Amino acid sequence: MGYEPQADFGTPEISSDTQVCLTIDGRKVTVPAGTSLMRAAATCGGSIPSLCATDSLEAFGSCRMCLVEIEGRRGTPASCTTPAEEGMVVHTQSKRLARLRKGVMELYISDHPLDCLTCSANNDCELQDAAAEVGLRDVRYGYAGANHLGLATDSSNPYFDFDPSKCIACSRCVRACDEVQGTLALTIDGRGFASKVSAGQASDDFFSSECVSCGACVQACPTATLQEKAVKEIGKPERAVVTTCAYCGVGCTFRAEMRGEQLVRMVPWKDGKANHGHSCVKGRFAWGYANHQDRITRPMIRESIDQPWREVSWDEALSHTAARLNTIKAQSGARALGGITSSRCTNEEVWLVQKLVRAGFGSNNVDTCARVCHSPTGYGLSKTYGTSAGTQDFDSVMDADVVMVIGANPTDGHPVFASRLKRRLRQGARLIVIDPRRIDLVRSPHIEAAHHLALQPGTNVAVLTAMAHAIVTERLADEQFIRERCDWDEYQDWAQFVAQDRHSPEVLEPVTRVPAEELRKAARLYATGGNGAIYYGLGVTEHSQGSSTVMAIANLAMVTGNIGRRGVGVNPLRGQNNVQGSCDMGSFPHELPGYRHIAGAEVRASFEADWLVSLDPEPGLRIPNMLDAALDGSFRALYVQGEDILQSDPNTHHVAAGLKAMDLVIVHDLFLNETANYAHVFLPGSTFLEKTGTFTNAERRIQMVRKVMEPANGMEDWQVTQALAQAMGLDWNYSDSGQIMDEISRLTPTFAGVSHARLDAEGSLQWPVDSAHPDGSPIMHVDGFVRGKGKFMVTDYVPTDERTGPRYPLLLTTGRTLSQYNVGAQTRRTANTIWHPEDLLEMHPADAENRGLKDGDWARLASRTGETTLRVTVTDRVAPGVVYTTFHHPATQANVVTTEYSDWATNCPEYKVTAVQVVPSNGPSEWQESYASWSEKSRRINRVAGE
Amino acid sequence: MEITRLRYMADQIARNLVPHGEALAIEGTFQHIRDYWDPRMKAAILADDPLALSPIAAAAVVMLAQPDR
Repeated sequence: MGYEPQADFGTPEISSDTQVCLTIDGRKVTVPAGTSLMRAAATCGGSIPSLCATDSLEAFGSCRMCLVEIEGRRGTPASCTTPAEEGMVVHTQSKRLARLRKGVMELYISDHPLDCLTCSANNDCELQDAAAEVGLRDVRYGYAGANHLGLATDSSNPYFDFDPSKCIACSRCVRACDEVQGTLALTIDGRGFASKVSAGQASDDFFSSECVSCGACVQACPTATLQEKAVKEIGKPERAVVTTCAYCGVGCTFRAEMRGEQLVRMVPWKDGKANHGHSCVKGRFAWGYANHQDRITRPMIRESIDQPWREVSWDEALSHTAARLNTIKAQSGARALGGITSSRCTNEEVWLVQKLVRAGFGSNNVDTCARVCHSPTGYGLSKTYGTSAGTQDFDSVMDADVVMVIGANPTDGHPVFASRLKRRLRQGARLIVIDPRRIDLVRSPHIEAAHHLALQPGTNVAVLTAMAHAIVTERLADEQFIRERCDWDEYQDWAQFVAQDRHSPEVLEPVTRVPAEELRKAARLYATGGNGAIYYGLGVTEHSQGSSTVMAIANLAMVTGNIGRRGVGVNPLRGQNNVQGSCDMGSFPHELPGYRHIAGAEVRASFEADWLVSLDPEPGLRIPNMLDAALDGSFRALYVQGEDILQSDPNTHHVAAGLKAMDLVIVHDLFLNETANYAHVFLPGSTFLEKTGTFTNAERRIQMVRKVMEPANGMEDWQVTQALAQAMGLDWNYSDSGQIMDEISRLTPTFAGVSHARLDAEGSLQWPVDSAHPDGSPIMHVDGFVRGKGKFMVTDYVPTDERTGPRYPLLLTTGRTLSQYNVGAQTRRTANTIWHPEDLLEMHPADAENRGLKDGDWARLASRTGETTLRVTVTDRVAPGVVYTTFHHPATQANVVTTEYSDWATNCPEYKVTAVQVVPSNGPSEWQESYASWSEKSRRINRVAGE
Repeated sequence: MEITRLRYMADQIARNLVPHGEALAIEGTFQHIRDYWDPRMKAAILADDPLALSPIAAAAVVMLAQPDR
């Protein structure tokens, strides 16, 4: 498409069963009752000038530009605040209206810089447009009066400027921060002529304020007051392409607005079903990594990891790699080879990597980052409900009455969903938070959790079973739902189990550290408060009982009947952009795409017939097993696409030892990441801006990723994998990624109705898309569970083997921040580092005091597996005995400390519980020093001469 | 494969299935190992000393050894 801003209807869309018909400027228009006259006019192609109205915000009625005349009524009401009524006859243009509007414009322009030609918003400014629409030619008041033209620009935010001299005090930014983002960081300070937009207190600028840089205010601003720095530097975009964000699992869609091959800005797409025109600091602004100087765009190889890299041609890199793979396969068999797919890559790319492993390497040794995040979700929901995915779409939360957030921090990890959740909470829904930390949702502007169960890390199953105990023994179970939808005998067994005294909140209180009465109140609220919806994250899955916890959550939803309709459900908040998709595409070593076990002869045969190969019927190795097998010499070659297991996986020393033991490590990535320090081949990757394919978000929504610029490395990632397969002798000839999707839909029943053409036409589809659900499935298990009857699973609390003691008396739990993403490979290469330049250790004041530690002090964090140093931040967000940090920075490498303990069913690491000690320190650990030195040495590159 | 690691994994699976009763726990542990473990892991646990495992895990491994399972 050429460059046009998205159409703005002035006020939000209204949903109503009643339609009203009216006449606007002689045109008949029918709209839902409650629709504003402004929107009704826009719907039939009309245009009413306005400045304070935009369709992402509720009508405000302050600018007095959108006045209209209504036959039979006196005055000139504002069209933004006047609802359309049956039979109304409206006129949007008249001499009187023109005079009024021009008068208003004169007032605005009398206090506005007349620098349109040099203004960054020139030709993209609603004030300029309005002036043109009303035919403003002069300002009767002159420009010499008191004005705001001398006010200084606030450039403190790295991505946008605030120039108050251009502000027209329309409050759109303030309302966007309130209504859309829900942070309420902005306000209009002062009155009358002194009114001005203010970020926080008088001493604050945008950077020091509560602003979370979501960009909603910038998007809402009708002038150049709030403007992206990139627009100022580059100029107005000339075209826009709709694509999908490559950060978290919310799956926001954006208009990538371009000038030539240069990305000017990412503007959230109002028609995006996941984000409805909202964004966060990562998706909106943190895309600069795509052109970062660290980006590697040429293939490189080396014989051993102590050598410098040598740049080579694609032909040499691929033939060398294929030869090495074929040699190892001939020497040690197919099961000595494996691969790791990327949840940052497209479905099509994931599909090809798992196909390369199964059909090319000849093993099932394929795994993905979901191993270390949501593999327990797949296991737990598959056992109880019959499918490995969340049950709702994001919009469902707007029908929830009680929201239970367990082990998730949506405002940091899934900020755009969090904004919608906060909107629902502001409307009156009740909130239960189960988390060891006091996350922001517990108490923030206009939001306060009804219950915060600050449990001891590692006791999720005990807490949820105690809630089930309260629900069952207090006779709050939804017996009708259970009889209709679940196996009644299994329910009775489960109910008998949870009703045992040993599962009561009172008996478990010493274990969970959750006051029994508070827990009972939370259970009652969830069971009886109306539509109850559960949202959970890695605080559920990354435990030795991660799968049990997921099943315990599924049990709670079933026992209360909170499944199978809008406003309820079990919703895993997926970490990476395409972690749902990478799981769907057959990235687990025991199952083919669509979650079908590899041992199933019929399913296997369908792939064998399509791929013309024989497939190994035995499960392959999971990532931790690959590393174990490498140490005994039976696993020798690994192809890693778009993941950095050295930094992201637990027990870094063990990961390093495993990688070091391999004969061939192939890293396919944008940067020389930490894993690449142990690699022999580096295949340069492409960013999400440089490829076409699809991502599937946490609500099973499949959306197009569209190429907006040519790959800097010359190939999209699927093309690299195909070239490697061809070099190994495989007859692959996909000419575009749409052909890969055709193969996916041919072989995966839940994707049967999916194609790029259909996604282009419809925007998105939520799987399953099959003959039973031809238009997709926003809500699952509506008339029955996928597995038939819902299955109650007995989940007994089994304490983790990771115990505190005199040597390691504290419990470490890890998590993420808003501004950084996963291992930080992308966000550390953007200005987002201004908010989070290093990993910090949160520690309770009592624990800090006991150790003589103050805010900002360096401390040594040690567990039985390793130690690192980082600075302390003293806070009562964490309970005494609990410390918390992030894993975004390789210089800290928090996973040096985490252990090999993992979920019993899936081996998802127990990141959330590590026994540690913290002591004052005055410098980096021995490991940090040696790793920094090793890393620098490992990244040496012998460039091609003359380049 | 590091046998102590495999023993731990097998015992951990068994421990989490105990509430289902002994027979179901044995069957469940067997099925889990059958469905999720790579052949070299299965071979290593089959070759191991059953006394090094918990009784449920050991019984599951016996089941794993039966060719008709």
